[in-house]
Amino acid sequence: MIWAGVLVACGACYVLKLAGMSLPRRLLEDPRLQRTVPLLPVALLAALVAIQTFSTGHSLVLDARAAALGVAVIAVLLRAPFLVVVVAAAATAALLRVV
Amino acid sequence: MVCGTYSGLTESRSASKTRGIVRDALGIGIASGAYALSFGAISVTAGLTLLQTCALSLLMFTGASQFALVGVLGAGGSIWAGAATAALLGARNGLYGLRLSSLLDGGPWRRLAASQFVIDESTAMAIGRDELEESRLAFWATGLSVFVFWNLGTLIGALAIHAIPNPRVLGLDAAPPAAYLALLAPRLRAREPIAIALGAGVVALALLPFVPAGVPLLVVALLVGLLGLRGGRK
Repeated sequence: MIWAGVLVACGACYVLKLAGMSLPRRLLEDPRLQRTVPLLPVALLAALVAIQTFSTGHSLVLDARAAALGVAVIAVLLRAPFLVVVVAAAATAALLRVV
Repeated sequence: MVCGTYSGLTESRSASKTRGIVRDALGIGIASGAYALSFGAISVTAGLTLLQTCALSLLMFTGASQFALVGVLGAGGSIWAGAATAALLGARNGLYGLRLSSLLDGGPWRRLAASQFVIDESTAMAIGRDELEESRLAFWATGLSVFVFWNLGTLIGALAIHAIPNPRVLGLDAAPPAAYLALLAPRLRAREPIAIALGAGVVALALLPFVPAGVPLLVVALLVGLLGLRGGRK
């Protein structure tokens, strides 16, 4: 089941890339499409941040992950490289749980 | 003689441009290899096998979608919710093709191969150059360099975390949100995307207690679609 989902998702992502290279330009140049598609990652990434920081299962929670996100925000504002942002957040959560 | 010097100059200029493009491509590749380390680690912690993790980097090869798929799975969502989110995040690569297809000519086989390398980094490097040849070189050099380092990084990250008996101790459940944030930050340069990001976060949390895992993401995507079709503001 996991394999099926992984492969279907990989296929879908490839088809989207290929579609951009192959479909007639006027279809892709539709202003509504041009406007909407770049907003999708913004909304989805923000929703993922919110969900995976402030919830466990179906309940809203405030725990070490919120502090980790705060550290990540600071790291991003300081223009830290990607890996530093991720490691700083994970280390914050790990340390808070040990303390 | 003068003429010879002149052509020698332009030749060395184009050679140094070529070197510059290849050097940048390697730099971007190495940087993305570093984030692939965290992808490999997060993916294995979320419950994917080593082979599934490597398959994602080889076959999906688009970072935000990969992080989203393993993130949704790791947070208890179904694989199909993760797959749908990954595909929605991958839609932007389709628009990149619009800018790239005129730069990268060649037959259908070339296009099938080039498509896999249509990602944020290769697109950014290829567009906005003076010469068609430079664009092509930048696309292929960046695409291939990121591909090699991304897959290497994934493998190393996944193997490293495999060797640790209880990776949850490392705070890796806090890693995916930080990864999404780092991918999100460069897209928040205007008021509208900031408003949409905040709105999406609030809507997702408000829905979460009442619907199956993964559904809040699809609702958020649907709302953005409606917003875009209507052409209004949120």
